[in-house]
Amino acid sequence: MLFTSYEFLGFLVVLLVLYYIVPKKYQWSLLLLASYLFYFMANPCYLIYIAATTLTIYFLGCRIERLQEEQCLYLKSHRDGLGKEEKKAYKKGMQKRQRRLLLAALLFNLGILAVVKYTNFVIGNVNGLLHFLGNGKELKALDLLLPMGISFYTFQAVGYLIDVYRGTCPGEKNPFRFALFVSFFPQLVQGPISRFGELSRTLYGEHPFQWEKVSRGLQRILWGYFKKLVIADRILTGVNEIIRSPETYGGAYVLVGMLFYALELYADFTGGIDITIGTAQCLGIEVAENFNRPYFSKSIKEYWRRWHMTMGTWFTDYIFYPISACQPMLKLSRFSRKHLGEALGKRVPVYLSSFAVWLATGIWHGASWNFIVWGLGNWVVIMISQELEPLYRKFHGKFHVGNNAGFRFFQIVRTILLMSCLRTFDCYRDVPLTFRMLGSLLTAGNWNILWDGSLMTLGLSGTDYGILTAGMLVLIAVSLLQRRGSVRERIARKPYVVRFVLWYGLFLTVLLMGAYGIGYDASQFIYNQF
Amino acid sequence: MGELIEILSSLHPDVDFENCKNLVDGKILDSFDIITIISEVAETFDVTISAKYIVPENFNSAEALYALIQKLEDEE
Amino acid sequence: MNKKRMARAVCSAIFVIVTLYLLQRLLVPKYASDVVEGNLIAEYYEEEKNHDVIFIGDCEVYENFSPKVLWEKYGINSYIRGSAQQLIWQSYYLLEDTLRYEKPEVVIFNVLALKYDEPQKEAYNRMSLEGMRWSVSKVKAILASMTEDEHFLDYVFPILRYHSRWNELGEEDLEYLFRREPVSHNGYYMRVDVKPAENVPEGRILADYQFGENACGYLDKMTELCRENDIQLVLVKAPSLYPYWYEEWEEQVEAYAAEHKLLYINFLELTEETGLDFSQDTYDGGLHLNLTGAEKITDYLGKVLTEECALSDRRGEAELSRAWEEKISAYEQEIAEQKKMVEQQEISGQ
Repeated sequence: MLFTSYEFLGFLVVLLVLYYIVPKKYQWSLLLLASYLFYFMANPCYLIYIAATTLTIYFLGCRIERLQEEQCLYLKSHRDGLGKEEKKAYKKGMQKRQRRLLLAALLFNLGILAVVKYTNFVIGNVNGLLHFLGNGKELKALDLLLPMGISFYTFQAVGYLIDVYRGTCPGEKNPFRFALFVSFFPQLVQGPISRFGELSRTLYGEHPFQWEKVSRGLQRILWGYFKKLVIADRILTGVNEIIRSPETYGGAYVLVGMLFYALELYADFTGGIDITIGTAQCLGIEVAENFNRPYFSKSIKEYWRRWHMTMGTWFTDYIFYPISACQPMLKLSRFSRKHLGEALGKRVPVYLSSFAVWLATGIWHGASWNFIVWGLGNWVVIMISQELEPLYRKFHGKFHVGNNAGFRFFQIVRTILLMSCLRTFDCYRDVPLTFRMLGSLLTAGNWNILWDGSLMTLGLSGTDYGILTAGMLVLIAVSLLQRRGSVRERIARKPYVVRFVLWYGLFLTVLLMGAYGIGYDASQFIYNQF
Repeated sequence: MGELIEILSSLHPDVDFENCKNLVDGKILDSFDIITIISEVAETFDVTISAKYIVPENFNSAEALYALIQKLEDEE
Repeated sequence: MNKKRMARAVCSAIFVIVTLYLLQRLLVPKYASDVVEGNLIAEYYEEEKNHDVIFIGDCEVYENFSPKVLWEKYGINSYIRGSAQQLIWQSYYLLEDTLRYEKPEVVIFNVLALKYDEPQKEAYNRMSLEGMRWSVSKVKAILASMTEDEHFLDYVFPILRYHSRWNELGEEDLEYLFRREPVSHNGYYMRVDVKPAENVPEGRILADYQFGENACGYLDKMTELCRENDIQLVLVKAPSLYPYWYEEWEEQVEAYAAEHKLLYINFLELTEETGLDFSQDTYDGGLHLNLTGAEKITDYLGKVLTEECALSDRRGEAELSRAWEEKISAYEQEIAEQKKMVEQQEISGQ
């Protein structure tokens, strides 16, 4: 059930009505039911996967927590009887048992994810290798079911278990409540990746009907539809045209494609998240924000703190920190400082951990070399700018441009262009092609297509460009306004007529200018033959 | 405490670490800084700050970080 | 305070509904000057409903038979519920729909639609279904006709379907916001121009000549429905040279008619009797008949209907005659207008 389908809207309306009718203490149970129904309607087989993850993480979480309690009790009751060394040994033993459970859970759940998502990627590579070695044999690709949203809910569940293991969040005792945390339908398809500590605060509460909250949620959903239907789905035609026939569209078209894709991805992803957060808001539930005006970032590093934030912090908390703060890494750091000098040696852990993070980020995004190269591309750019930092500082100090609006604008444009360049890796068919297309950007010299009307041949008409330009201006204006707090809150304080005109106007815009349904094409209706 | 301030100051010479209370929430320290701090702390104080302690509350001020280091020293 | 809010909410809701309704009226295609076929189905509801004969089927009925001739020569009051590429289930449900208003003596169904066993094209679905008034039959017709990309809700709220038409709106859309002008003569779509049939292609060889199960099922239902209502069902095959009518198809229809004791008239085999001349009587090279062609075969049909179906001559009914007088004058006026246009085109063309 896509967010942009009539079915989803129908589902939401029915759910909302039921949600505020049933006794408040059953609200979360209804959500669990709705979430499983949502997933069931996508494909009944998916339920097996999500149930397996839910059950294993739930039971192991309980087990780990019980060990922690046991340890606490034991240490308390033997406070005086044990020596320091004995205590330490006991703790270590307990710690080991917990870690074993954690590892088992990680292995099982990330294992499922790896198998369904990456088996064919591995097979493809093995075949490539066999071919390279002149071996005639070939492995057959498997026809595996890839459950919807598996990357998201697996990460969410795994994050919970690590939190329990670390003792930073209490375990959930009720398996059904935990099942709702894993399967909460608005965020099942594309995140955000919520933390149990945060989401659980409102997920299980009793929510009386408050028009204020529901209307804010609906407004956010409408805004999401505006981004998705009016902008993203409209420009998608142009993006697809360019990236599907790289032979025709080289050189300057690659730049056009990049920028189109930047807009498409932003509008689609943030629009989807708006619908997610808005839906949750209608239900009285707070879901973490996932974007913070990422295209206003002045560097790639900043961009990644503002784009898909819940994923970024997930990787930082559960991969980056553990790797860089583990004993071997600290030893390596000591070693490298001794042998590579203080300045360089100090940075070795940062480099290695962030390499691991970006490799993982790339792989997580998709099972292909494109994403791996894309991830590592990000890593390289971030490392280079990290290295150049002192140079920048000197430059900024010398020319006093740090706070200059023009310079900030330059930095923003630079970041957008750099990100767009990197993103071409997830557009084109394979990595060599992407490099070729990026190369053609410099060699083709067909810049005249930008103004000679060629852009009209990309499946986008003058009207489309008009709508897209206007839509983009609205996006930028709203983002600028957002810097001073929620735009919806500010609209809410305006007189009724203003509010009505704004929201109804937005609704009509989506209704009339959204790129949905079977597009009207007069020629289809021209009568012929029958 | 003096040693800790020294470590921090070497990262961001322009920040007043003795009084600043929102190093993480105020986005003064990023994840790279935190990693550098951890390895410096490991070097200087012989204390390992494992991942579970890397939460904003422990890094928002030099004071909080120092308290954490002391707690970990006690435990070991 | 609460009262005020309530009033505000009600006013807003009314405003939203009214504006959305107006927008929908505005955006829906009007089919007024071109593709008038889109209006055929809706026009029926404006009629006085006491017809003796109802035609159902695709363009092979609404372009090839002229109810005016049936009235003038035989006193038969008839109406054509035809539409572009009307599929057999659409014909069936249109018949159901018609029976809600009247019970004709005879129903004539053109058999070409038997060749389609599944939904074909969204645009034609629209033209056949949108004009129908809402009823269970319409719902069933929509559900039976939807292609894969279509959605039922798009029929309930056509604005969802035509939302992107805002940049092609014209004067016509304002002019016909609330009213329609008749585009047919009792469902007959008139053309007076001539384009002789030349080199009509032979039919391609088909893999399977058997009519589909679904289509046959609806033919059975149609036969049954007529029997229940004591209506005589007559099958016809219009004389159109193309789409090609295969011998294998002919055999199946003949067998069906024989089995169910239905009258079946194949005009393809009656060229001599009707006097049809494809160098004169078609406006598009043999696909459809023009006025002269339609009048010729309707004349023949009238004769058969009078003889075989015992339809009485109603020219004596005063009220009906008056209504037809008006209709005939509109009919003649259109002939004159079209002829004038054809002449002008010929002059400017040469």
